[in-house]
Amino acid sequence: MPVEVIMPKVDMDMTAGQVTKWHAGEGDRVVKGRCLFEIETDKAAMEVEAPANGILRDVTGGQGVDIPVGQVIAWIFGDGETYTRQAGGQAAPSAAAPPPVSLPVIATRAPAADGALRASPLARRLAKAAGLDLTAIAGSGPRGRIQKADVLSHQAGQSPASPAKTASDDEAILNLFHPDDYDVVPHDSLRKTIARRVVESKKFVPHFYLGVDCEIDRLLTLRQEINQNPHVLEAPDQAAKVSINDMVIKAMAKALRDVPDANVTWTESNMIRHHKVDVGFAVAIPGGLIAPIVRNADQKPLTAIARETKDLAARARSRTLDVAEYRGGTTSVSNLGMFGTREFSAIINPPHATILAVGAGERRPVVLADGHTVAAATVMTLTLSSDHRAVDGALAAALLAAVKSSLEDPIRLLV
Amino acid sequence: MNQDIRALSYAEALREAMAIAMEADERVFLMGEDIGVYGGAFQVTGDLIERFGADRVMDTPISELGGAGVAVGAALGGMRPIYEFQFSDFAMLAMEQIANQAAKMRFMLGGAVSVPVVMRFPAGSGTGAAAQHSQSIEAWFAHIPGLKVIQPATPHDVKGMLLAAVADPDPVMIFEHKLLYKMKGPVPAGHYTVPIGEAEIRCAGRDVTIVATSIMVHRSLAAAAELERENISAEVIDLRTIRPIDRQTVIESVKKTSRLICVYEGVKTMGIGAEISAMVVESEAFDFLDAPILRLGGAETPIPYNPDLERAAVPQTPAIVEAARRLVTAKA
Amino acid sequence: MAKAKTTKRPDAAGGNRPFIYNRYAPRQLREALAKMQRIRRFEECAEESYMRGHIHGTMHLSIGQEASAVGICMPLNAGDQLTSTHRGHGHCLAKGAEIARMFAEFFGREDGYCKGRGGSMHIADVANGNLGANGIVAGGLPIAVGAALAIKKLKKPNVVVCFFGDGANNEGAFHESLNMASIWKLPVVFVCENNGYGMSMSAARSTAVENVADRAAAYAMPGVIVDGNDLSAVAEASQIACDRARAGDGPTLIENKTYRWRGHSKSDRNRYRTKEEIEAWVAKDPIIRFQDEMKSQGIVDDAAIAEIRAAVEQEIEAGLEFAKASPPPRIEDLTRFVYTDPIP
Repeated sequence: MPVEVIMPKVDMDMTAGQVTKWHAGEGDRVVKGRCLFEIETDKAAMEVEAPANGILRDVTGGQGVDIPVGQVIAWIFGDGETYTRQAGGQAAPSAAAPPPVSLPVIATRAPAADGALRASPLARRLAKAAGLDLTAIAGSGPRGRIQKADVLSHQAGQSPASPAKTASDDEAILNLFHPDDYDVVPHDSLRKTIARRVVESKKFVPHFYLGVDCEIDRLLTLRQEINQNPHVLEAPDQAAKVSINDMVIKAMAKALRDVPDANVTWTESNMIRHHKVDVGFAVAIPGGLIAPIVRNADQKPLTAIARETKDLAARARSRTLDVAEYRGGTTSVSNLGMFGTREFSAIINPPHATILAVGAGERRPVVLADGHTVAAATVMTLTLSSDHRAVDGALAAALLAAVKSSLEDPIRLLV
Repeated sequence: MNQDIRALSYAEALREAMAIAMEADERVFLMGEDIGVYGGAFQVTGDLIERFGADRVMDTPISELGGAGVAVGAALGGMRPIYEFQFSDFAMLAMEQIANQAAKMRFMLGGAVSVPVVMRFPAGSGTGAAAQHSQSIEAWFAHIPGLKVIQPATPHDVKGMLLAAVADPDPVMIFEHKLLYKMKGPVPAGHYTVPIGEAEIRCAGRDVTIVATSIMVHRSLAAAAELERENISAEVIDLRTIRPIDRQTVIESVKKTSRLICVYEGVKTMGIGAEISAMVVESEAFDFLDAPILRLGGAETPIPYNPDLERAAVPQTPAIVEAARRLVTAKA
Repeated sequence: MAKAKTTKRPDAAGGNRPFIYNRYAPRQLREALAKMQRIRRFEECAEESYMRGHIHGTMHLSIGQEASAVGICMPLNAGDQLTSTHRGHGHCLAKGAEIARMFAEFFGREDGYCKGRGGSMHIADVANGNLGANGIVAGGLPIAVGAALAIKKLKKPNVVVCFFGDGANNEGAFHESLNMASIWKLPVVFVCENNGYGMSMSAARSTAVENVADRAAAYAMPGVIVDGNDLSAVAEASQIACDRARAGDGPTLIENKTYRWRGHSKSDRNRYRTKEEIEAWVAKDPIIRFQDEMKSQGIVDDAAIAEIRAAVEQEIEAGLEFAKASPPPRIEDLTRFVYTDPIP
C-alpha cells in the first residue's frame, strides 16, 4: 500500500503550515529518513523526512500555501507497487512549482489505496437520493473518503469544493482596480463570521418588512423622570440610566410576551415556541458588530435592563463576552437612531424570527386626532423584519402594533 | 418562574437542595462518613447538622458496604435516605448492595417494592488525589438496569436533579465531579426539579455535535467558543443523565450536524462514548453521518499523581478543539 | 473473651413446662405444628416438582430446620419484618405466606409472590413483612439494619428479624451490620441458622470462634446459643430478643444450631459429610420432637396430628393446582418492574 505524506504538526498550537521547498518532485525516488520537504509555521521552519522508501507521486501540497495539519500532500509508492492515482489534498496553486496537479473536472474514479470505495453514510445517502454513481465521485476526505461536500460539488458539476474558485473570483475583482489604489486587509474571524451569518440569513430566511411611526414625546418625558430619580442618579456610574434603546428592548420583549406566536424559531421539522423572551441588541464594535442578549427582558425592570446593556456593550467592545452571552436569544433590536438614520431594514439574526430596526427620533409634523390640525411631535420609525416561514404578515403586524402601543403609552413599560 | 436567582457554588446548591428536601419531607435524611460536624470531606453537607440535628445528618462508621445497605433497607422501610460516599472510588466496597440489592430489589420482587435511595459520589480527577481517589466510574453503574445514573454539570442542575432524585421512586446515583464543587452559577431559590433522563443543549451549533458529561461539558463549551473563532459551529450537548440516556436529543443533533464527538472523563474503552457512538450508528442518524465518530475519554491508565500526567490522563479543551477541527475540516 | 450464653432448657417433667406452653394457647401451638408441617411438605413437593422438571431453577431446601423458622417468627406481629436467605422457604411460610402463591412463584407464574421474576431464591411476601430472600450471602444483613433504622425513625413499635446462615458470619457485611445496629440501638434480631456448613465448608473449618454467637461480644450485644431443633427454645430466645428490641435496647444475636438434611442445592453430591452424620440429625427431627412434646403435654393426640397433616396435604394439592393454572408472564413485559415508571 502506498504511504501517505502529510503536513505534520510540529508545534503545539499549529493548525496549518506551508511547504517552503520540496526536495523531490513527482516521480522521484525518495529514501526513508532523508529530507523530503521543508515547512514553515508561524513559529518555526523545519525539515521533514520521507516516511518511506519509494517513488513520490501525486504531489498536491503546493509551495507557499497554507495546508491544514494532517492533510495528505503526496504519496510514496513502494517498489513494484502498481500506481493508481491517489485522492489527494486540494490542488493548491503555487507560483514557484509547476502547475499544480488539478483534480479532473469530471472525476473518473478515486478509489482508496486499497481499492475500497470510501464514502460517509451521509454521502452515500445523498448520492443514492440523487441517483449518482459513487464511483464517479472524487472523495476529498481522509483516505479518499467521499463526503457530503464531494457529492454536492459533483452535483454542481465541479470537482470537490476548492478554494480556487474563490481565489479566482478575488483575482477578478482585484483586476478591476489598479494595484496602487487599494490596500488588502485580510479578514479576521469576526468579519468572516458576520459575512457567513448575513449571507446565510439573507439566502435562507425569507424576510419581509413592516414599518410604523411612533410618537415618543411621552416616552422621552418618562425617560427623563426615571433618569432624574435620585435612586438612579446616585447609583455608581449612573449605570441605571435608561436609554431609548433600553425602552425599545423592553417594549419589544413585552410585545413578544403578549404575542407569543411570534416568539418562535423555525426549524425544518418543527416550530420552536420559546418560553422565554431573550432580546439581543446590536453593538457596533471596531471591525464589526456583535449582539449580546438581555435574557428574560420582558420580566426585568427598565433600570435592570439599562445596567445589563451597559455592561454587555462595554464587554462587547472589549471583546470579553462569554459565548453564552451572545448565543441564542429569541429576537433582536438594532438601533441606528443615534446616527440620524431615519429608517432602515435589518437582517434577521438566526435563530430569531424577527428583528426590530429603530430609526432616529425626530420632530415631524403629525395630524392630530381631530383629523385636521397639524402639530409637531417627536416621531420614531420602526421597521420589523420577519421570517415568513415562522411569522406571517398579520402576526408581525400585531407584534409591531404591540411595540408601538407600549412606546406611545410608556406607562405600560413600568407595569 | 422564580425570579430570585443567586450565584451559588455547586456544593452550596447541593446543600440547599438537601435542606429543601429535608424540610419538605420528614422521611428524607442524610447518611455518610464525616458528614456531620465535619461537614463532609468536600463540605457539601456543611452546617446541615446544625439545622437538622444528628439524627437526620447521620455520621456512619467507615463501613461503605454496610452503610449503603442500611440506606437501601431504610428506603425499603419507607424512608428517603441520601447516602454520601466520601469518594466514588469507595463505592467499590459497596457494589454488592448497589448492584445486587438496590438495583434489583424491585424487579426480583415483581414490583412489590421500590427502593427510593439516593447515593452521591464525589468523582473525578484533577485534585492530586491519585489513583484511588480520582476515578470516574459512572459507566460501571450505567451498565446496571434498575439504577438511574446522573452527572449534573452546573449548580443549577445539581440542585434540580438532586430534588428530582429524592422524589424518584428508584435508586438514583449522582456522580459529582470534585472540580465542580466550587464552581458558581445561577441557582433559583426554592424548590424546582431538573428531570432525570433529559439532556440539555448547552450551545446550539451546525457543524459538529459534542456530547459531553459533567466537567467535560465546560471544557467542551470552552472548545466551542474557540472553534467559533475559526468559523466552526459546535453544538454542545450536556448529557446530564447516563442512565437512562436521552437518545432523541443526541440523535436529532447528529442528524443536524452530521458529526459526533463524545467527551467523557471515564476511561475511554468500554465507556460512555462507546455507548453513544453505537446508539447513533444504530439509529436513523447513521445515514446522516459525514465523518467517523470520535471518542475523547480517559487514558488507559489509573489516574497518576503528577499534575502534568494527571492532566494528560483526561480530555482537556485543546484536544476537544483539535478533534472537532479534524472532523469538520477533514480533507485528504 | 465473652462467650455467648446457651439457653437453659427447663425440665419438662418437673412441672416446669417449656416456655411456649406457658406463653401460647393450644390453638396457637397446633398452628405452629401446622406451619412446620406446611414447610416440610411444601419443600418436599417443590423438590419433587423440580425433579419432574416442572420447576425451572434450583432451590435450597431447609428440611430439618423448620423449628428455627417457626420458632423465631412466633413472637412476631403483622407489622414486624424479616429479611431472609437463599434458604428462605421456611421463613416465608412461617411469616404467613400462602403455599399457592409460593408454588406459583416457583413455577414462574404471574400469580407468584414475585410475579415469576424472582423464583425460589428471591421469594418474598412484602404484605406480610417478608422483605425478601437474598441470593447473596449476608446480602440481607445491612438491609435489615436499614429497615430497623426506618422503624426507629418512623417511631413504629416493630422489629426486624434478620435470618442468615453460618456462611454469612465471615462476610464483611455481617460485621458492619452488627456494629451499626448496636451503635444506633436498632430493633433488629439477628438470627444465624447454623446448619453446620456453608455449602461444603464446615463452620468448624471456616470460623475462628467456636460459636457464631460468640461474635456478639465484639458488638456489645447479647449472643445466645440455641438448640435450633427445639421449637420452644427458639421461640423463647426470639421473644427475649424481640422484647429487648422493642424496648429500644438494641439488637441481639441468636445462633440456632441446626442441620439441613438435604444438600446445599439440587446439585450437591454430599461429599463433605457422612451418611452417619446426616442420619444422626434426621433422628433429631424437630417436627417429631415437637409433636411428641405436645402429645406429652396433652395438647394433641395422633388423630389431631393426622388431621393437621391432612389439612396441609389439601393445601399443597390446591396450591399446586393454582400454580399450574396461573398464567406465565408475557414476553412483552420482560423489562417491567425494572423501574417504577417504565423507561421508554
